[in-house]
Amino acid sequence: MSIFEYNGSALVAMVGKNCFAIASDRRLGVQLQTIATDFQRISKIHDRLFLGLSGLATDAQTLYQRLVFRHKLYQLREERDMKPETFANLVSALLYEKRFGPYFCQPVIAGLGDEDKPFICTMDSIGAKELAKDFVVAGTASESLYGACESMFKEDMEPDELFETVSQALLSSVDRDCLSGWGGHVYVVTPTEVKERILKGRMD
Amino acid sequence: MTKQQANWSPYDNNGGSCVAIAGADYCVVAADTRMSTGYNILTRDYSKLCKLADKCVMASSGFQADVKALQKHLAARHLIYQHQHNKQMSCPAMAQLLSNTLYYKRFFPYYSFNVLGGLDNEGKGCVFTYDAVGSYEKVGYSSLGSGSTLIMPFLDNQLKSPSPLLLPAQDAVTPLVEAEAVDLVKTVFASASERDIYTGDKLEIVVINADGIHREYMDLRKD
Amino acid sequence: MSKSVVEMPPKGGFSFDLCKRNEMLSKKGVNPPSFRKTGTTIVGLIFQDGVILGADTRATEGPIVCDKNCEKIHYMAPNIYCCGAGTAADTEAVTDMVSSQLQLHRYHTGRESRVVTALTLLKRHLFNYQGYVSAALVLGGVDVTGPHLHTIYPHGSTDTLPFATMGSGSLAAMAVFESKYREGLTRDEGIALVTEAICSGIFNDLGSGSNVDVCVITKAGKEYLRNHLQPNPRTYTSSKGYSFPKKTEVLLTKITPLKEKVEIIEGGDAMEE
Repeated sequence: MSIFEYNGSALVAMVGKNCFAIASDRRLGVQLQTIATDFQRISKIHDRLFLGLSGLATDAQTLYQRLVFRHKLYQLREERDMKPETFANLVSALLYEKRFGPYFCQPVIAGLGDEDKPFICTMDSIGAKELAKDFVVAGTASESLYGACESMFKEDMEPDELFETVSQALLSSVDRDCLSGWGGHVYVVTPTEVKERILKGRMD
Repeated sequence: MTKQQANWSPYDNNGGSCVAIAGADYCVVAADTRMSTGYNILTRDYSKLCKLADKCVMASSGFQADVKALQKHLAARHLIYQHQHNKQMSCPAMAQLLSNTLYYKRFFPYYSFNVLGGLDNEGKGCVFTYDAVGSYEKVGYSSLGSGSTLIMPFLDNQLKSPSPLLLPAQDAVTPLVEAEAVDLVKTVFASASERDIYTGDKLEIVVINADGIHREYMDLRKD
Repeated sequence: MSKSVVEMPPKGGFSFDLCKRNEMLSKKGVNPPSFRKTGTTIVGLIFQDGVILGADTRATEGPIVCDKNCEKIHYMAPNIYCCGAGTAADTEAVTDMVSSQLQLHRYHTGRESRVVTALTLLKRHLFNYQGYVSAALVLGGVDVTGPHLHTIYPHGSTDTLPFATMGSGSLAAMAVFESKYREGLTRDEGIALVTEAICSGIFNDLGSGSNVDVCVITKAGKEYLRNHLQPNPRTYTSSKGYSFPKKTEVLLTKITPLKEKVEIIEGGDAMEE
């Protein structure tokens, strides 16, 4: 068994026209046993920057706390929010520091940068950045998500269409993965508002 | 004593993906034509599809040596059947024969993942999907092989089949017309070859309907 | 004496504090995850006025392509570039680190960096980590002593060559070089040969794919030809597009409006006294 399969997870981020969506499943399990069905995998770093952490939940939470701490230090020193690119470099540095004893988690970062340009990025557990223009995925359902997103993604989607696409991709992927599921949690971020939705999914 | 010899490993994985979709009066069976091992491409033009009977086509991925042996065995069995009964084997009969053949080698299996598509006795499309040791199921659509995890979610999304637990049993065939099904197959393979390194080169699509068997090809990524 | 309660940002270097736990986990049969690799074909050659580097743009994780258009030709100095193969995080980190060391060295000396300096810094780091930092590199550049091309292996050994290949597609690319390379190639011939070698890797090695990146370095400067050739476009997109048969069911929606940024306009009327 791979350590990623201990808790199970599914994460996806997608870019639309001047907006982005980041979505996750809601299951927390210990191998095949489900522990929680309302688990928060995506967290807000600031209004326009979201971070999803897949993989081992204990490491995800530890890493999240360290990242929030570092972001707050940055805010105190610089009196501004971090740019998504900067934050991605921070996450990458924190992960690569533990190159030989890594945190078992794979982050997905999505945010709006300068001039409301969407930015999405994922990394492996030792901080190798992958910057994509269309979509990024992570977690135990990543292969299914790659297939679903590759078939469903269209360029320059408006927020509502983006929401529908990302939700459909997420739900049809987690239904083919035993270790993630129980509905979804989707954030659609435009320059003016953040729409957070909870999706109904299969409960098995 | 320490181990002296290397482990005997009689299997290899030659990759490739197969898809089959059943409709009301047709069946689409498709597979890519790449055969590979490790990081090498052995050939870009290897058909994974095999016509077993007039209205029955099998697509197989896995270990191609085993697939070849299995195809040869089934062809021989089908010839005997023709001599004994003076007719072609029906697709459901071939499905049962394939299952028995696979289970016969339960403890030294054929390393092949098969999907069987064809028309049943009423001319309706049918798809049978298998594991390596002969467990099989009649479904409306199926995908097997190295790119199956990428293909399956999108097929689910577009063709959601009724639960097999429903009573009375629902028809498994998909509501698409033939051209739509072929289009869907092309899309899923184009997507799979973007992300799965073992799927690519060329897509071979076979459509079985009342007119007989029709074959077409489409190029996929060659990298 | 007293350790700070809050963990302050470290000064650099690796941290090994999770090693014991991770080792315990893998002894229990819980395997660590696989890292992102660049299966990769990377090449370089010396032509009549400098060096040309080339790379494919595929990054893989097992049999799955995780990045279809990544950058494998890394910046080291204005006159030096480096192609990386192996674990993606390692090639990225090691080239970034050495490029900043070179920058500092340039500030210190006020001179252009030399390729051998980069080479020594890279091999020293890799040798120190006994091959555990798995980066296989092709380093190329033009300095005051002329054009140079080196390969660096993960254990820290190096070669100095007129043409070099690395990565899982190295044999496919080397086959092209061995049959067609000669001394004194022109710029266009060089780019064509590098492109052909990379294409050979892209099409014949499953670990390499997508596009061709080329970087030409001469005495006069460098020219980075990102996606010089794109031989693998998507093969099919449905003309109609797809609709979703069943809409997603939303249980709860929460809308948070983002605060409008207040713009401060300087000037205007001064306050009356």
